[in-house]
Amino acid sequence: MCRRTTVALTLAASLVGMPSALAQSADLRFGNPTRFMPQSGEALYAAVCQGCHMPAGVGAVGAGAYPALTNNPRLAVAGHALAMVVKGRKGMPPLGSLLNDQQVAAVVNYVRTHFGNDFRDEVTATDAQALR
Amino acid sequence: MSERDDTTMRRRDLLALVGTAAGGAAMYRAMSSLGLAAESTYTGPIRLDGDAKGASVLILGAGLAGMVAAYELRKAGYRVQVLEYNNRAGGRCWSLRGGDTYTELGGATQRCEFDSGLYFNPGPWRIPYHHHGVLDYCRQFNVALEPFIQVNYNAWLHSQRAFDGKPQRYRQVQADFNGHVAELLAKATSQRKLDAAVTLEDQEILLTALRNWGALDENYAYKTNLVASRRRGYDKDPGGGLAGPPIPSKPLALSDLLRSRMWQSLIVGSNYQFQTTLFQPVGGMDMIARAFTRQVSDLIRFNAKVTAIRQDAGGVTVVYEDTGDPGKPLRATADWCLCTIPLPILSQIEINVGASMQNAIDAVPYAPAVKIGLQFKRRFWEQDDGIYGGISYTDLPIRMIGYPCTGYGDTGKAVLLGAYEIFGTYAYEFTSLSPAERVAKAVEDGSSIHPQYGREFENGISVAWHRNPSVLGCEGNWTDEMRKQHYENLCAIDGRILLAGEHASYWGGWQEGAILSSLDAIGRLHRRVLAG
Repeated sequence: MCRRTTVALTLAASLVGMPSALAQSADLRFGNPTRFMPQSGEALYAAVCQGCHMPAGVGAVGAGAYPALTNNPRLAVAGHALAMVVKGRKGMPPLGSLLNDQQVAAVVNYVRTHFGNDFRDEVTATDAQALR
Repeated sequence: MSERDDTTMRRRDLLALVGTAAGGAAMYRAMSSLGLAAESTYTGPIRLDGDAKGASVLILGAGLAGMVAAYELRKAGYRVQVLEYNNRAGGRCWSLRGGDTYTELGGATQRCEFDSGLYFNPGPWRIPYHHHGVLDYCRQFNVALEPFIQVNYNAWLHSQRAFDGKPQRYRQVQADFNGHVAELLAKATSQRKLDAAVTLEDQEILLTALRNWGALDENYAYKTNLVASRRRGYDKDPGGGLAGPPIPSKPLALSDLLRSRMWQSLIVGSNYQFQTTLFQPVGGMDMIARAFTRQVSDLIRFNAKVTAIRQDAGGVTVVYEDTGDPGKPLRATADWCLCTIPLPILSQIEINVGASMQNAIDAVPYAPAVKIGLQFKRRFWEQDDGIYGGISYTDLPIRMIGYPCTGYGDTGKAVLLGAYEIFGTYAYEFTSLSPAERVAKAVEDGSSIHPQYGREFENGISVAWHRNPSVLGCEGNWTDEMRKQHYENLCAIDGRILLAGEHASYWGGWQEGAILSSLDAIGRLHRRVLAG
């Protein structure tokens, strides 16, 4: 756990020092087989969440469905979104073991303030940790 | 389906401890509770003797679990109907061929461009010799099988950060790893460091065994010589006439091997579910689905999307709609319902079962699994690299390359499995790409192992199982804790409803699990019906 955090912090620090163009082009997707490496909510959404919730958060419908995140009133309760990301339920797999607390908070905050959602009460890494 | 070995190792350690502390009987009980002791419980064709008195069963899902039940229940005198979401039967027992199209969730449609006769199995692709249920139905329905090659000693093991990124032959990594470990153990034995654990008499035998196992020389050393080369291969192979004498090859260094982590891939084929002999149906895994479909197609209503499952004292009513004519609820009724709908979907369908079954339905997440099939102009892996079937492993996101275990020596085009990751981050990250990006990534990664990819690649197709409209995932991803809490509740009969599928088995992700779970369910259902 400590070692992983150190790696993530080192990586984040090295990105800060990079020229901005390079930092933007650095795709952290496929960086580690057991931990997601993107750090920002936007990058995590693109690398992970959009696999099911789709690039614009529109969801999808087949024999079952992935809920749209656009204008989704369920996101009003931050704890619900946090719990879904960390523990999963029904079609949603638990992602808690693949993300650290900062990443969980970042992606929840991103989804709750994009796709037509405007929930400004930010969650923190501490909130994410409390769910583990 | 899992090739994940971390849990296996943990379980094995635990079992070793249990065995040491409490003896064999306790270990067997522990193994049973972990679901490891029993091999397939298939004991021959199911016998549903006794009068079903015209009872009716509505089966939801025409995958292997649903079709096994339909076939056996009709034979036993039940009135049977099957509802299936797709326009084909078979579920995850599925093959893609040239001309097929596949539309994933999100709407991206891929058209398979493979040449005639070539295929790719997006779901299951191998059948262990001990999966007696699958094998027996293949025998009953005349599905021709051929060997599936799991371990190929000439395939590649590849690590980005080891050996300058150059792939190494499986044969050499295995021989060198075993050889070095045998040498170390022999040293420890000779230095009397094992006296507390092994009697002196046994130590002599152990030394002989280590020499034999590790290809050690007369001084118990593993090094560059003809003894080791008989395992790892030669710099120059034995020949004829004046070119006869072989030249031995030099082992890789122990430290390099340990740090390469390539040893992780050596044990896959030693796991029970991947041990020789494995099989595949000739012509594609869906030959099994087709064989079942020939038996029960008249019972199946295709393009039926289930929206509600309701039971009362009188029977079961299932509400569904035709996917080609949505919004118009249709109804099917029966005395009993066998539901094989995958849990991510079933958890979203209105169903009046008890809280314990509902909790079980809601609890089990499905693995993301991604598979990518790639067509190449020629079999360069055979022609250039001497690899006939089997699997190369890499730590790149594609994780493996599976070579066709059929048509060896063919000079035309061929399709290989260009990526297969089941559980980890890479499977999610592949899923988040567009189909074209997935294929491009598979080609890019594979080029590190086979530089021929760039010149020889023609086309590819990918299946990211979380985006599969009729499953929403690859397989139920149970943990031991989840099983303890929910497994029995998932499998129990709830009023007039019971569930089946790989998710209701201890062979998760395997076709054998679907078949055994279905046979177990209809056996219990039949006893219930006879008891009236």
